[in-house]
Amino acid sequence: MRIIRAARDLGIATAQIVSRADHDMLAARMADEKIEIGPAQASKSYLNINAIIEAARVVGADAVHPGYGFLSENADFADAVEAAGLIFIGPKGQTIRSMGDKAAARSVAAQAGVRTVPGSEGRTLPSGASRLAEELGLPLMIKAAAGGGGRGIRVAHSVQDLEQMMPLASAEALAAFGDGGLYLERFIERARHIEVQILGDGTDAIHVFERECSLQRRRQKVWEEAPAACLAPNVRAELCASAVRLAKHVNYRGAGTLEYLYDDKTGEFFFIEMNTRIQVEHPVSEMVTGIDLVKEMIKIAGGDPLSIRQEDVTLSGHAIECRINAEDPTADFRPSPGTVSSISLPDAPYVRFDTGVYAGYTVPPFYDSLLGKLIVSGATRGEALQRLREALARFQLTGITTTALLHEHLARDPDVASLNTHTRWLEQWLEGRSLEVPALAS
Amino acid sequence: MGVKTVLAPIPGTFYRSAAPDQPALKNEGDAVAKGDVIGIIEVMKTFTQIQAEEAGQLVRFLVDDEDAVMAGQPLYELGV
Repeated sequence: MRIIRAARDLGIATAQIVSRADHDMLAARMADEKIEIGPAQASKSYLNINAIIEAARVVGADAVHPGYGFLSENADFADAVEAAGLIFIGPKGQTIRSMGDKAAARSVAAQAGVRTVPGSEGRTLPSGASRLAEELGLPLMIKAAAGGGGRGIRVAHSVQDLEQMMPLASAEALAAFGDGGLYLERFIERARHIEVQILGDGTDAIHVFERECSLQRRRQKVWEEAPAACLAPNVRAELCASAVRLAKHVNYRGAGTLEYLYDDKTGEFFFIEMNTRIQVEHPVSEMVTGIDLVKEMIKIAGGDPLSIRQEDVTLSGHAIECRINAEDPTADFRPSPGTVSSISLPDAPYVRFDTGVYAGYTVPPFYDSLLGKLIVSGATRGEALQRLREALARFQLTGITTTALLHEHLARDPDVASLNTHTRWLEQWLEGRSLEVPALAS
Repeated sequence: MGVKTVLAPIPGTFYRSAAPDQPALKNEGDAVAKGDVIGIIEVMKTFTQIQAEEAGQLVRFLVDDEDAVMAGQPLYELGV
């Protein structure tokens, strides 16, 4: 939908690929053409590179936009599209490959002079605790080098902790994995997730400021804002400059996002990874800069140089996005596919609702639960938050259960209002809380 | 022996094994105890185990591995 709209603006005809289960989706109705590429199972349709390229050939497409799910960060797909003589609206396969691998991305960041979370490079043994503490900074997480999945992680707050914990952790790692090697990494107690939107044309790159996406559940973003209101202007400038440096270093082409952890206590930021595609939460950046990111990425893919200069990108106001998912927030976020019976939206110039659903539409059970994104802007964060409460109160989607109720609660939470949040805040907040009690009127 | 048809409790994608590289959880002809996991249904990236509500013998599957199923669609026959 979003991509079709941008293409229309540019006078470009569109064709939407669909699986057998997706013929009714709004994008398929809106596109100039639709073409079925396979059965409901994503592995045989939306993840089937050959079927997609064949479909592009059948409709006579010049370019393929990968969206933000499925194959959007698949380097082989990008290569296959170009090998078929088509334009891939995104970076080169090689860029996706190098930035998609965490270790490789870390070393690229180091070359570009961008800090990553301090960690022992490679394996370490339980000796020299005080030297490591000084080098990496406390507190430190002690992980088994051979481990994974968060098992057996200890947090040391002092050199004494390190001296006591490292031999224990090493013995445990040896027993569990047959390898006593350890890995140390700075533990950020109150980390915020802050990411910088960038646009590059393969030579030059600019930033489109940053977003804060600290409200997450199971590492899935739930609520996003632009800009990150916690940042001082000088930190914002430094952060965005580092992202541009990194994007230029890899000759980035298209729209991309550099994700960082921001340590509230020390004011330090660390690069963690790059998303080499447009993201779900891109609308908040569009709302505060007036830039159509999808249109820009299409123009760049067509061979145009960047049409916007850095000095012309200015921040104006504040925007918040709530992800409306087909999940029941009162029942451990159980998926809730089914038929939407009605949908009503607040109608105001500062409200944007990006969605692929409509009344009578049956949400298939096979794919992601994201139904739509409610985006609200205001002159200040306070105004955006007030408008969001109002918009959520008037937003109605019936027939299936959505996460709108969760957002009603969050929009009235004092910690959310005062930015007293971090990446683990939402999960802690949800623990033992009943959302069935109506949100308090403020 | 009576044969009962067991229906899918939720819609989604039906899997007969816990992971692509794992053997099938149950094969036709296998004995089934109450609570045994017969298959898995994936709905919106959430995986739900389909457990036998009673003991018996798995006569046959009525859907294939990785088939899309609707809620209420017959999944397998259980001899009881």
